[in-house]
Amino acid sequence: MTALASSALPPASNGPLHRLANLLYRKPNLYLAMLLVPPLLWFGAIYLGSLLGLLWQGLYTFDDFTMAVTPDLTWANLLALFQPANYDIILRTLGMAVAVSLASAALAFPIAYYMARYTTGKTKAFFYIAVMMPMWASYIVKAYAWTLLLAKGGVAQWFVEQLHLTPLLQLILSVPGVGGSTLSTSNLGRFLVFVYIWLPFMILPIQAALERLPPSLLQASADLGARPSQTFMQVILPLSVPGIAAGSIFTFSLTLGDFIVPQLVGPPGYFIGSMVYAQQGAIGNMPMAAAFTLVPIVLIAIYLSIVKRLGAFDAL
Amino acid sequence: MTLAVQFTDVSRVFGDVKAVDRVSIDIQDGEFFSMLGPSGSGKTTCLRLIAGFEQPSAGSIRIHGAEAVGLAPYQRDVNTVFQDYALFPHMNVRDNVAYGLKVKGVGKSERLARADEALGMVALAGYGERKPAQLSGGQRQRVALARALVNRPRVLLLDEPLGALDLKLREQMQSELKKLQRQLGITFIFVTHDQTEALSMSDRVAVFNKGRIEQVDTPRNLYMKPATPFVAEFVGTSNVLRGELAQRLTGSATPFSIRPEHIRLGDGQASGDDVVVNGLLHDVQYQGAATRFEVQLENGQNLAISQANTQWQQSAPAFQPGQQVTARWAREAMVALHDVEAR
Repeated sequence: MTALASSALPPASNGPLHRLANLLYRKPNLYLAMLLVPPLLWFGAIYLGSLLGLLWQGLYTFDDFTMAVTPDLTWANLLALFQPANYDIILRTLGMAVAVSLASAALAFPIAYYMARYTTGKTKAFFYIAVMMPMWASYIVKAYAWTLLLAKGGVAQWFVEQLHLTPLLQLILSVPGVGGSTLSTSNLGRFLVFVYIWLPFMILPIQAALERLPPSLLQASADLGARPSQTFMQVILPLSVPGIAAGSIFTFSLTLGDFIVPQLVGPPGYFIGSMVYAQQGAIGNMPMAAAFTLVPIVLIAIYLSIVKRLGAFDAL
Repeated sequence: MTLAVQFTDVSRVFGDVKAVDRVSIDIQDGEFFSMLGPSGSGKTTCLRLIAGFEQPSAGSIRIHGAEAVGLAPYQRDVNTVFQDYALFPHMNVRDNVAYGLKVKGVGKSERLARADEALGMVALAGYGERKPAQLSGGQRQRVALARALVNRPRVLLLDEPLGALDLKLREQMQSELKKLQRQLGITFIFVTHDQTEALSMSDRVAVFNKGRIEQVDTPRNLYMKPATPFVAEFVGTSNVLRGELAQRLTGSATPFSIRPEHIRLGDGQASGDDVVVNGLLHDVQYQGAATRFEVQLENGQNLAISQANTQWQQSAPAFQPGQQVTARWAREAMVALHDVEAR
C-alpha cells in the first residue's frame, strides 16, 4: 500500500528550489508580493518620489542676485506663474494644446474608423506600419524637416504657388494670432507640425476603441430603424469617446510639455516646455522650472475631471 | 391568410460556399416558425437575409408581400433579438428599449412610456435605470426582447436567443416566449439548433441541412413522419435501416426509420404481423424515466431501443448485456425515407 502510494505521487524532492516552489504555491500572497514589490518600489520611490521631490523644489527660494537656490520654503514661485509674462506662456501653450487635440481627433477618427472597420490582414498591417513608421524616425529630425518644408521658398510654399493660392495663404498669414511673415514663423505652421507629430498617438487609441465595438451593435442599431448617420451619432461615436479621450490625453499632455517644436517653428515666445528648459538650463532657476512643471499636471487633472464628468469613461 | 415572409429560390454564396442553396419557404402571418439545423446549415444566414444584414445572391424575398431584396435593415419592418443580445453598453435599459422609437422620431415622453410598458411585458418593470452590465444573462435577454417588441414589428426574428442561458431559465423563457407570441399575434421566426426547443415552441419547423431545407412541417409530423434520413436522425433519435436489411424487412430497398421507443424488447417468442429482428444486447443504460438498450443486429448495425420505466417498484433489470434478444415493432411504425435530392 505504501509502495503504491509513494509511486503514485511525484518523487518527493528536498532540493532548495523545489522547497521554494512548494512554499510559493502554498502562499500565493507571498508569491504576489515577490512579483509586485520591485516594480512598486521603482514606481513609488524612483518615479513618484522624484516627481514629488521636483515639485517640492518649486517651493524653494531662488536668489536673483547670487543665482543661488536655498531651501527656504516660499509661495513666490507659484504666485509668479500668475504674473502676466508667465501667465501668457501658460495660455499660449494651453490654447495650442487644445487646438492640436481637436484637430488630431478630427483627422484621426476617419483613418482609425477605416482601419478598424474596413481593413483586414495585409491592408491592416500596412496601415499599422504607415501610422507608426513616423514614430520610428527621430523626433528632432522630423521637427527640423518641417522647418525646411514650411520655410520661405520651401516645399509648402511651392505647392501653394502651383495651386495659385498664394493670395489665400497671405490672407491666412495676415490673421493675427494665427499667421506670421511665413508659414515657418507662424502659429499655423507650429500647429501643423504638432498635429503631424502627435497624430499617431490619437489614431491608435481610437482605432483600438473602434476595434472593440461588436458588429452586432451596429446591426442592432440598423435593425431598430436607425439610418447610418443615426447609428454613427448614437452608437459609434459615444462608444469611441474613451478612445478619443485617451488619444487627446496624449496629444494634450505632449503639447503641454514639448520644448523643441516651439523653438524651431513658429513665432518667438516661450511655451511651458521651453520655459522649463530655459529656467533650469540657461538661468539655473530650478525652483521656477519646478513651479512650471506643476502647470501641465494641474491642467491635465482638470481636463480629466471634465472628460470624466462628460461620461467619457462610462462605457469602459 | 397572408404570407409574412416568402422565400423563392433564394441562394446566398460566400466564395465557394453555398450557405443557402435554392431555399423556398412560405411563413404564414402570426405563425411561430422555427428554423432548425446544425451549425453551418444556413439557418442563421436565412434569418440575416430577412433582417437585411445579408443580401441574397439569387432569388426573391418578400416581407408582407413587398420585395425586400435591396432594402437596408433600417428600411424593413422586422426586428431582431440577437444571440449576444447586442445591448448598447453606454445606455441604460430604458434608453436601450426606447432606441428604436427615438431614431424614428417618437417624442420623449411617449417613447419612455412605451419603453416602460415593454419592460413590464417582459417582467423587468423598475429596471429602466440600470446599465446592461448590471443585469444577469436572462435579464439582458428580456431587455433585448423588449427592445425589439417596442417597435411593434410585424415579424420578430430570434437568433438562438436562449443559447447562453442555463437549462431552467431556458425552459422558463421558452414558455414565456410562446405565451408572448400568442398574446401579441406577431410572426416569430426562431433560429435554433436545439430540436427540443423547436418542437416544443413552434407551429411549424423548417429543418436545414447544408444550406437546403430538408422538411417543413408541424412538430408532430416532423417527429412522426420524417421525410429524409437527416430529419429522422436530427429530430429526436432514430434508427435508420437501409440496404439489404431494409430489403429483407420491408421488401423494398428504400431506407426507413423506426423510433427507439416504438421498439419492444422480447425474449424469444414472435407473433402477429410485427417485424422481428434478433441480435445481441451489448449495452444497457439506465436514464431514470427510461432505459436505453443497444442491440447489435446480425448484419452488425446497432439498434437503439428505449423503454419507459413506468413501474414505480424497484425491480431487477429484465435484460443483461451479453444476452441474445429479440426486438419487434409494429409494421406501421416504420417510416419510409427519401433523400432530399430525390424528393
